[in-house]
Amino acid sequence: MKKRTWMCVMVACVMLLATACGASGDSPEGSGANEKLVVGFAQIGQESGWRDAETASIQFYAGQNLDTIDLKFADAQQKQENQIKAIKSFIEMDVDVIGLAPVVETGWDAVFTEAKDAGIPIVLVDRMAAVDESLYATFIGSDFIEEGKNAAIEMSALLGGSGKIVQLEGTVGASAANDRKKGFEDEIAANHPGIEIVASQTGDFTRAKGKEVMESFLKTYGNEIKGIYGHNDDMALGAIEAIKEAGLKPGSDVVVVSVDGVKGIFEAMAAGEANVTIECNPLLGPQFFQACQTLKDGGTVEKWIKSEEGIFRADTAAADLPNRKY
Amino acid sequence: MSQKLKQFSKNQIFWPLMVLLAILLANGVISGGQFFEMRIVDGHLYGRLIDILRNGSKLMVLAIGITMALATGGTDISVGSVMAISGAVACSIVDGRLLSGVSGSVTVAIVLALLAGLACGLWNGVLIAKAKIQPIVATMILMVAGRGIAQLITEGKIVTINSDAYYFINGGYILGLPFPLFIVAFAFVVVMLFTRKTASGLFIEAIGVNSVSSRFTGIKVDRIKLMIYAFSGLMAAVAGLIESAGIKGADCNNAGLLIELDAILSVAIGGTSLFGGRFSIPASVVGALIIQSISTSVLAIGVAPEVTLVVKSLIVIVICLVQSKKFKEMLAGKFSRRAVKEA
Repeated sequence: MKKRTWMCVMVACVMLLATACGASGDSPEGSGANEKLVVGFAQIGQESGWRDAETASIQFYAGQNLDTIDLKFADAQQKQENQIKAIKSFIEMDVDVIGLAPVVETGWDAVFTEAKDAGIPIVLVDRMAAVDESLYATFIGSDFIEEGKNAAIEMSALLGGSGKIVQLEGTVGASAANDRKKGFEDEIAANHPGIEIVASQTGDFTRAKGKEVMESFLKTYGNEIKGIYGHNDDMALGAIEAIKEAGLKPGSDVVVVSVDGVKGIFEAMAAGEANVTIECNPLLGPQFFQACQTLKDGGTVEKWIKSEEGIFRADTAAADLPNRKY
Repeated sequence: MSQKLKQFSKNQIFWPLMVLLAILLANGVISGGQFFEMRIVDGHLYGRLIDILRNGSKLMVLAIGITMALATGGTDISVGSVMAISGAVACSIVDGRLLSGVSGSVTVAIVLALLAGLACGLWNGVLIAKAKIQPIVATMILMVAGRGIAQLITEGKIVTINSDAYYFINGGYILGLPFPLFIVAFAFVVVMLFTRKTASGLFIEAIGVNSVSSRFTGIKVDRIKLMIYAFSGLMAAVAGLIESAGIKGADCNNAGLLIELDAILSVAIGGTSLFGGRFSIPASVVGALIIQSISTSVLAIGVAPEVTLVVKSLIVIVICLVQSKKFKEMLAGKFSRRAVKEA
């Protein structure tokens, strides 16, 4: 009898769990033969406020156009194998276009070829993949090298052209990390000889790691560090906490320059704890679906559709803050 | 005196402690003493050793919780996800998006987050003790689903909060020492009293050695298991609070990601067998400190990001070899044979 009661409880719980999972609703349903634009999108996962905004933009746009767009969304939880699995299932579902934000640059050839053989164009969103140009239809996103270069110019201006700085790199192997590093370091080496990058370490694009790495930098170099360059805002936000704990003032003792433009960094800038953010626009939904529609209709799109971006500084942060969507 | 030392060297904690000292010493030498530098900033201690203690606190808390699960021959791989849930619950309440009626009360947030962790632990315990599902499978359910639950709570966003009271859990100081250390100390003392001053420690070891015969001797195996997993869940919730307080936000996808492996490794490095049986909570805590000091030293030495993981794994391999009895015997055999030849 007792055993039976337990079994009942278990079954009830499992059922509850199942409905909860159903409610979160990214389970792809059969596409069926319809005239809608069927798009499979393999997102990296949630790693930062920025990516959340991109996800929201794509889902919002699809939600606004329910009668013309059928979006199948897969969350890969930061794992390449999950993204590959998602792409394979999209191919099986025979979607019109596959969208992908590759978690790392390499290792995509096989699955892209599979999609190409099935006649499904691939649209890369915000991150590049190191594959032959013929394997994907178009890339929508920012010029990371340009972002790194802009960050270097801003950093140099803030420090008056000289000072020691540290760099918080993104996930090892991600194109955003590789290019933001390259653009920044090349610009520093070419035009700002007074700026010295004394240390550079990965913070995996997360706040917790950004904080831990910055704590370590501060122990090694102490007051020598005049500036920090973060490959994303969230790492910079973590670093700001570490700087405060070291008894220094972020924003003045140590200037903070990062890339993305998430709401949190605007709040920090308004509070005087950060200096500049180079925007990397995540609201790519409209551009993405436009490209998908063109591809479905058999049209051609440019190989690189660049997103619109700007540079935001602390002096206007308070005014900009209400306009920030993510 | 030497007699006592000899006895201590046979203690389970001896080798882990030696390894920890060796790592710290090596760091001290490489950095020319800078590693041990300690100064006072804003009235609290500031230095790498403090970093190790504070950043290692969540791992220590997890190790304290998970050791008993491992000692019964089970395991709990859901702790990382439970951390995410507890952080999500706490931050959502402090932020006011959940239970806006309590207007962001930190106390309510902490209590409910701990209860959520306890509930997760109980769920694991029921699956294992009552439904007799293998621990690794039973806890895998929450490991996978837990992160989803956490994301559901935060609506898939990173919840950022600005509460100094909440931040105190990680960034606060008492008597110049980081507050998380006091949490660790409290959990440690409670568990030590429970396992060493009552018979329960013996019961746990008995279950780990032979759960069937333990039941025949009258030990309430199911009840003890249920309790152990509930406690592990509670400790995971504490770790989740520490983590989310440190970054002033709940980052559901990254909070405690893969930390269950570090926690199990801490216990293993501490010398507790993963097959169950004899266990030592202090040794597990030292094991957690070893793992954290490896991370901290990799950063301190400034290893290039691309090879960080390789360096870490090399150190872990060396530690495991040093701990292995068989390997030590092999080495000893080689040396003594050479000694014979030379003679």
